[in-house]
Amino acid sequence: MTKKIKLSELGNLFGGLDVQALEGVKIEGDVEIDLGQMGMNPQMAYALGHETAQLALHLMNISRILGYPVDQMLGASPAKPARLTKLIESKFSVGKIEEWKTPIQEVVLGATSSDGGTRKSTITLGGETALPYYFDSPMPHRNHITMDVFDMPINMAKAVKSNYEDVINSPAEWAKKVVRDFGADMVTIHLISTDPNIKDTSPAEAAKTVEEVLQAVDVPIVIGGSGNPEKDPAVLEKAAEVAEGERCLLASASLNLDYARIAEAAKKYNHVVLSWTQLEINAQKELNRKLMKQCNVARENILMDPTTAALGYGLDYAYTNMERMRLAGLSGDAELNFPMSSGTTNAWGAREAWMVSSPLKEDSDWGPREYRGPIWEIITGLTLSLAGNDLFMMMHPTAVQVLKEITQTLYGGKESEPVNIDNWVGAVL
Amino acid sequence: MKLNSPLQVYKYLPQINCAECGDATCMAFAAHLIDRSKKLDDCPPILKDEYKKKYLELQALLAPEIREITIGTGEHAKRIGGDDVLYRHQLTFFDPTAFAYDVWDTMPEAEFLERINRIANFRKFYVGKFLKVDMVAVRCVSGDPLKFAGAVKKASETTKLPLILCSFDPAALKSALEVVRDKNPLLYAATEKNWGEVAELALNYKVPVVLFSPDLDKLKSLALSFREMGIKDLVLDPGTYPQGKKLKETFEKFIMLRRAGIKEGQKDIAYPIMAVPLNAWLVYKDAVTASYWETVLSSVFTVRYGDIMILHSLEPYAMLPEVHIRDTIYTDPRTPVKVAPGVNEVGSPTKDSPVIVTTNFALTYYTVESDLSSNKINCYLAAVDTDGIGVEAAVAGGQLTAAKINDTFQKANFDFKDKTSHGTLILPGLAARLQGDVEDVTGLRVMIGPPDSGRIPGWMEKSWPPKPK
Ligand code: SF4
Repeated sequence: MTKKIKLSELGNLFGGLDVQALEGVKIEGDVEIDLGQMGMNPQMAYALGHETAQLALHLMNISRILGYPVDQMLGASPAKPARLTKLIESKFSVGKIEEWKTPIQEVVLGATSSDGGTRKSTITLGGETALPYYFDSPMPHRNHITMDVFDMPINMAKAVKSNYEDVINSPAEWAKKVVRDFGADMVTIHLISTDPNIKDTSPAEAAKTVEEVLQAVDVPIVIGGSGNPEKDPAVLEKAAEVAEGERCLLASASLNLDYARIAEAAKKYNHVVLSWTQLEINAQKELNRKLMKQCNVARENILMDPTTAALGYGLDYAYTNMERMRLAGLSGDAELNFPMSSGTTNAWGAREAWMVSSPLKEDSDWGPREYRGPIWEIITGLTLSLAGNDLFMMMHPTAVQVLKEITQTLYGGKESEPVNIDNWVGAVL
Repeated sequence: MKLNSPLQVYKYLPQINCAECGDATCMAFAAHLIDRSKKLDDCPPILKDEYKKKYLELQALLAPEIREITIGTGEHAKRIGGDDVLYRHQLTFFDPTAFAYDVWDTMPEAEFLERINRIANFRKFYVGKFLKVDMVAVRCVSGDPLKFAGAVKKASETTKLPLILCSFDPAALKSALEVVRDKNPLLYAATEKNWGEVAELALNYKVPVVLFSPDLDKLKSLALSFREMGIKDLVLDPGTYPQGKKLKETFEKFIMLRRAGIKEGQKDIAYPIMAVPLNAWLVYKDAVTASYWETVLSSVFTVRYGDIMILHSLEPYAMLPEVHIRDTIYTDPRTPVKVAPGVNEVGSPTKDSPVIVTTNFALTYYTVESDLSSNKINCYLAAVDTDGIGVEAAVAGGQLTAAKINDTFQKANFDFKDKTSHGTLILPGLAARLQGDVEDVTGLRVMIGPPDSGRIPGWMEKSWPPKPK
């Protein structure tokens, strides 16, 4: 408030203020005073409230100039901080992010009979126009989870293995179990026995396993190779053929193998390609570009996996890598605005997830490992979900259940039980 | 901060290039102020009276967007807030989220002390340091100010960690403040109802204070009012709902507050934010479920803008992921995670001690090194320069090769004939496929260690010393 006032006008105002102590002060002359520049006397402010206090203060100052003993009259003491008698009213508001103009590509996995497949339902990923769960705009599709099934028994952490002992020799039964008992949205069949260093199963043999899994469950599936760059293209090609029309996710095309052959199989048999790179944003752009421009894979048939590192083992890179890609995509980078997938199972590589106890004597007790493993998988996945990851490849049923609960809560799909959070301070827990 | 180039900072510096700050020029020092790797007070000349005006101006311009406040005193004091960016890759996040674990004034004494000691003694080794937790939050459950003050006193006698005094009753807060008035505790909390009296306490005892309201208009009102009264060390608690749509709203509020503070420069609410994952315990009674959900909430708000939080579960399966996710988010992405390549001694190796190879990726190196020293295994540990890539990826990517391993020993002038009686080198289990190559290039005998260095002690028992050829 900045008001100019003439000393000659002060007389009138004076009467309105109930400041007896100042009565009798005579003010003469016609000097202009700026009533907004000077600080407030806290004592007066406290007594009178904000508006009138300022005026009174100036009267006091004037009086002082005129030689009137104001300070003695008020019993002035060293300045105390201001006190308020009521809260300053205010409204909070914040804007949306203008740069987020480009939606993430929508990708459909699975095909029903009306689209040439045999799945009972399909899953749509992508379509976001903001970071996940942000108020700027709602996420069009929730996160989804695909659970791992292997075509042969493998080494697993004890806490994981105990869930699969009854189905470990049958990929079809294993697939049924994760859908029926553990709530998997999808199933990933990993054809690891095809690795020449493991069993060297032929592509034709491996394709049979894929057919069995497709018959055992009616959810969309992911077909994974063994990770052997020489063998994978042939394995995925054959698998794509027997799964024709099902819109499976072929995992994966990468820069260190014949990605064109995998892209070709996806186009020919109507599948989606998983574009996999290792924690390198430029490599991801390059591979996506090659798939689009050189192999002519349509945008709606590309998903990307920029690599998942476990909590404590490089998750900082994996997280920031994904967050940067998602921000770039939303801001218009057409080489990066694809939905993302995470190999969340990698969390089990962390020794904290599976070791009986810490190998270091200086560490506090690590406690029972059966509780450590699932939470390691949950937090690894959750962190990446906040960076923009859409699809999670997972392994432990408890981890799946909890990750679903939190991602669907942040998505807006869960109701709250009434709870009085003001009470936490005095709560008996 | 309001400046974004070293040139802008340079204008305010003495420009005499005296190098007292450790940089050769004022411009170089200016660059450190911009990336926040040095503080203005590191320049002695500018502290002199003649530069006072520039010093004050520059200090205001360099202040982080989110106010930085200190809780506690001495070496255990914690700073919170202090952030300048919304995403860590844009610079880095500062002042890692402070984790406070609760105790309450109705606990039996022995339990109370045991719990505080568990909080204070928690540690987890990681990349050359220990991850720890930071504070003790004392809750007034009794409703009795004297009892509360007694508990706070006991807590302050048991630990040097900073305290959070939790009660909505100003009388309880006051009696607790009396016993820890010189410890700079954090007051929890001022609300719409008690704000006048709590403000009075914050002013009289000069302590930081939390403002609580799930209504952001009211929260801003409180912040404005406290600021007007001269209280600057504020923390905002917009309420942590533990579940469902209300939890989603809580998440959105954290984003809104931080975006307003950093992107829109709204100084009125640019304060550290508090989350209370402990609220998971209000809806889940089963301890494992509640601990899991609390860890989930804690992680969500570590990633998205929580600066301080109050937690309950002391289960290792809750605390371990909590401290790791915090480290994940607050690790400086600008710092290379490498150690210097070379051959290092662990303990006091003799001629009969093993020689073990690993990479110079800091995480790998420190993990192996601590596994060895913690188990009192005297040995030589070679860090091969793999550009900071871990063993498995470096073998696949060609950064860990026989030639590089040989190089590492040659550069370090490590002569196996001289230093060892056995002429043997141990490769990590994950680099087993290099065995033949390394034998050919070095002419040494090569053994394959376990795939995880945590298993080296067991491996040593079975395989060391090597059997004579
Ligand atoms: S100490 Fe200050 S004046 Fe001297 S070189 Fe460094 S920045 Fe410049």
